[in-house]
Order: sequence, then structure tokens, then C-alpha cells
Amino acid sequence: MSTRGWVLARRPLPLAERPAPGAARARVGIPTRAPRRRRNTSDRAGYVFLIPWFAGLALFTLGPMLFSLYLSFTNYTLLQAPHWVGLANFRRMFSSDPRYLDSVIVTVKYVAVSVPAKLVIALLIAVLLNRQRRGTGLYRSVFYVPSLLGASVSVALVWRSLFGPAGAADKVLSLAGIHGTAWIDDPRWALWTLVVLAAWQFGAPMVIFLAGLKQIPGDLYDAAAVDGANRWRRFWRITVPMLSPVIFFNLVLELVGAFQAFTPAYIISGGTGGPADSTLFYTLYLYEKGFSDFQFGYASAMAWIMLAAVGLCTALLFRLARVWVFYADTGDR
Amino acid sequence: MMADTPGAMTATGASRPARRAGRHGRSLLWHVLVVIAALVVAYPVLWMIGTSFKPAQEIIASLRPWPQHVTVSNYPQGWTANPGVTFGRFLLNSAIVCAGAMLGNLFGCSLAAYAFARLRFRLRGLLFAIMIGSILLPYHVLVVPQYVIFRHLGWVNTFLPLIVPKFLATDAFFIFLMVQFMRGIPREIDEAATIDGCGHFRIYRYIILPLLRPALITTAIFTFIFTWNDYFTQLIYLNSTSNFTVPVGLALFVDQSGLSSYGPMMAMAVLALLPVFLFFLAFQRLLVEGVVTSGLKG
Repeated sequence: MSTRGWVLARRPLPLAERPAPGAARARVGIPTRAPRRRRNTSDRAGYVFLIPWFAGLALFTLGPMLFSLYLSFTNYTLLQAPHWVGLANFRRMFSSDPRYLDSVIVTVKYVAVSVPAKLVIALLIAVLLNRQRRGTGLYRSVFYVPSLLGASVSVALVWRSLFGPAGAADKVLSLAGIHGTAWIDDPRWALWTLVVLAAWQFGAPMVIFLAGLKQIPGDLYDAAAVDGANRWRRFWRITVPMLSPVIFFNLVLELVGAFQAFTPAYIISGGTGGPADSTLFYTLYLYEKGFSDFQFGYASAMAWIMLAAVGLCTALLFRLARVWVFYADTGDR
Repeated sequence: MMADTPGAMTATGASRPARRAGRHGRSLLWHVLVVIAALVVAYPVLWMIGTSFKPAQEIIASLRPWPQHVTVSNYPQGWTANPGVTFGRFLLNSAIVCAGAMLGNLFGCSLAAYAFARLRFRLRGLLFAIMIGSILLPYHVLVVPQYVIFRHLGWVNTFLPLIVPKFLATDAFFIFLMVQFMRGIPREIDEAATIDGCGHFRIYRYIILPLLRPALITTAIFTFIFTWNDYFTQLIYLNSTSNFTVPVGLALFVDQSGLSSYGPMMAMAVLALLPVFLFFLAFQRLLVEGVVTSGLKG
């Protein structure tokens, strides 16, 4: 659920190339009655086809959002009617709930490390795979599979065992002379096992990078090679700029996804976010407040702070994108 | 592209055999690198499968993915590990939820997508923007109020909260996927059908839906995989063991995991991933090739 699918269309960021509504309807001459009637029936048909979507939007998206905004200013435990408390929930979050602040720090650390790690690995492997050699299709599949499996409880259980007491990871590292105990039981290391798990799922952004790499014209590299640019320079001066829209696209997706990670932390810590709250993701704490403590008002307030944070990060990325994202074909927009 | 351009050392006019040897060495190095990376990536999955066939005394602290003495007893043990409910029940429940979710997404999203891709109406731009925005909306913002709503409806501890929203096109991503696909279907076909007297519903039903097949299959597969793996929602809405789906049932092993239950746990973990894996094998082309051309990710 946290890993959503996405479409790139032919070029990334289809949001930007959405045709203006009604642009296709060229107004030629005086509107006669017939076209107007047609427009009305099309109007009505449009709304009829959207009835399920409207219902879903009202019942399960916009309605709940507004309801949750209201709840965030209340105390609500399901047993009694919501009781208005003003900003008390928000004040409590930032002044008298150290676990909340812990969960913010844990989540920021996780997002800040796992997203770049995943994308760098994805890009490296994509560049490595981007050539006509035997077996590339098979390798691509092998690398892609973890992104389909990674969000499952099964894989979380595997991680729990691999990095658990006397797990395989411990064995490997003690060969290298590093004697840890159980990685998931050590507050200093537990979060990093989750980062490794996130990085392991690099396949999905890799596949999107591969699609982007295929579209970079080969003569750019030939020309650069003639001019004496070495491999390293060609990567930084051609691959990265030409790929920047795809990098940006992956960055937004992975960032939004990473904020919502839940299952691995919940399973690996046995639902506690432990040891010592070191894997207490924001989503985990929200779940705990909402569905173990039944503090629905507080959980709603947390949800709105999360929405604000994710929204702000996304907006910031879009703003920064103007500086570093390069569109080779802006002309035909 | 980068591969086809010879490296700096061959470009400086080395003799032909040397160049060929260089290329062979490079190709070998490439294969070695990629195979190592693939093994590292595949290791956890191989370890899981191997461990599910290991007897208990072999599991503890074993790096080796494959078992020395193969046993299948972990499977019946895991199958009946929970008193009163077999793992088969969890599989069946998951199958029901997934089937409902797939049907729901195909129905709700294709209707909405037809409106956005083909029909002109006031507010279309605004509504489209709202739809796109809802793709990025974190589910956690909605979970508390949705829970309150479903509780009032008396739907908690049923499959309805997991299925009904899909019929109302709440997975906006799939609407977007279908809109993108429909834009590639020539409008002339619709126009011809209009001239022949088809209304919007008939165009949708008899022209667009059949042509939309690849996007519909992709939607179905991804809905299946997401729903099958989704733990958070199912954890919240399902309370009684007989209603548990695979992820929630599998998580029961966490509570009882002494080292002795590792084998049965891994056996059920393998069973839980098997359908996803089979789907991947069956639709590999559509998933990976389709992903490459349309840029879809799981």
C-alpha cells in the first residue's frame, strides 16, 4: 500500500503536460443550438460516469479529511462524543510528548538515508544493465522482484531472522571481524537494518531509470567521446542531466513512499517500534495512538502534521526542480 | 549506448586482437559484477525458501541457504500452527479480499478514467487535479476517520472496508494509468461509433473497454499484489482470527517465535509469497516490459 504504482507515459511528469481543460474545444463561429445541446449531454455523461468516483471522494477521501481535521482539535476515544480541546493536541505533540519527537527524528533519518541510498543503487545498476548483452532481461527481473515482495510481512519476517539473534547477517560480519549481537535488538543498528531493507527494493526505480536511459540519444555519447570526454565525465555531463526528469520523478515517489513505510518496522520490532524506540516510525506511533490507545483526536492531529510535512517536502522538491531538472525538449511543449 | 562506445584504452588505436581481448575481458567483468549483485539481491529470498525445508536444529545460525537434510514437516506444522484456524483459511480470506478489490478497481477506475479521458464537462480540469492530488495523499491521513465511519456502519471485522472503497475508485493511481492509456486510443474510433448511433455508455462498454485490455490487466495484477501484501489496512479492520488474511495471519508467528518455530514460520512466509511470485512469472512480460515502456512501478 505504501508502494504505489506510477505511470511515466512517454515523458516523465505528465502533470505538467496536462492539456488545459477545454483547450481542445476551438470556438469557431457563433455557437448554434446543436453543439450546445451536445455539450450539455456530454456534461451530464461526464458527471454520470464520475458518480462512483464522486461517492468515493466524498465518503472516503475529502469527507474523512475534513472529519479528521475536526477531530484533530478534539479529544475522542470512540466511547464518548468528540470533545473540543482547541490546539491542545498540537501543543502536546511538540512540548510534552518526547516519544512523538523521537518518532519524527526516526522517520526523518530513515527518509533522508533510505531514499538517496535506494536511488543511487537503482541508478548504478540501471547504468550497468543498460547494454545489449545476453541475460540482461533475466537480471532485470531478478533485481525487480524485491520491489514486488518487499512490502510483505514475509520479507519482514525474513529480515527479522537474518538480522536477529545469531542471524545470517551477524555471521557474515563476524567473518569480517565485526562482532555484533543481534542487529535488530541494538538501538544503534535496528533502524539501519530497515534502511537496508528499503535499499534492497531498488528494482522499481531501476526499471524507470532504465526506461529513461534508453531514450538518451547515443550520438551524444559518440560526440562526447570524440571530444575526449572520459566515461566519468560522460556520466556526469550527459547521463545525469538527460536523466534528471526521471531522477526527479523517482525522488518524489520514493520520498512520499518512504514517509509511509509501516510494515517492516512494525513486524521487525514486534509492533513496539523498539528497541528503545529506535524504529518508532511516525506511522507506527500514529497507529499506536489511534488503534492501541484509541486517542483518535491525537492521532488525527498527528496525521495532519504528517500531511503538512509530506506536502511541504513535495512542494520544496518541485521548487528546487526548476534549478536542476533539465528538459531537453521544452521547445515542443 | 555507453556500452557500445569503446573505452578510452581501445580508442587510442590498439591492435585488433588486443581490442577484442579487451572487449572480452570487459564483458566477463560485467557478467561477474552483475551476477554478484544478483546473488546478493536474491539471497534473502533463497534463504527463506531453503530455511522452510530445514529441520529445526539446522536453522539456528545457518548462513547456508539450502538445507543439509531436507524436510517438509515445516509446512504441515505451520499450516496448523494457530489453534482453530488453518493457514488455508487465511489464504482463502486473502483470495476473497483480492478478488473483490480487483473487481472494484476495474469497475470504478475505468468509469472515472473514461470520463476524464474522453468526455468534456465543466470543472473537468479541477476534478482531474483533485484526482491527481489524491494519488499523493498519504493513506494514514484518512485511516482514523475512515475507521470511525466503518465502525458506525458496523463493517469492522468484515471484508467490506477492504473492498467497497475500490468500487468507488479510491485508488486514483489506476484511474490515471487508464487515462494515460486511453489517450493513446484514436478518437476516430469513438467518432465513428457516435455516427453509428452509439451513446457514451456503449462506446465505453463495447469500444474502450476491449481496447483498454492491457491497462486493465496491469491494473488487476498490481491491485492483486498490493492488496495481497497490504498489512496495515487488514491489521486495522480484521480482528477475529477466522477473518484474518495472509499478512495478519502470518504476523501471528511473531508473537510465538521461539527459535523452534522459525521453520514453520518461513514455510508459511514462502506460501504467502508464492501467489505473488507466480503472478510475476505469469505476467513477467507485462510487468517488466510494460514497466519499461510505460514506466510503471510496483
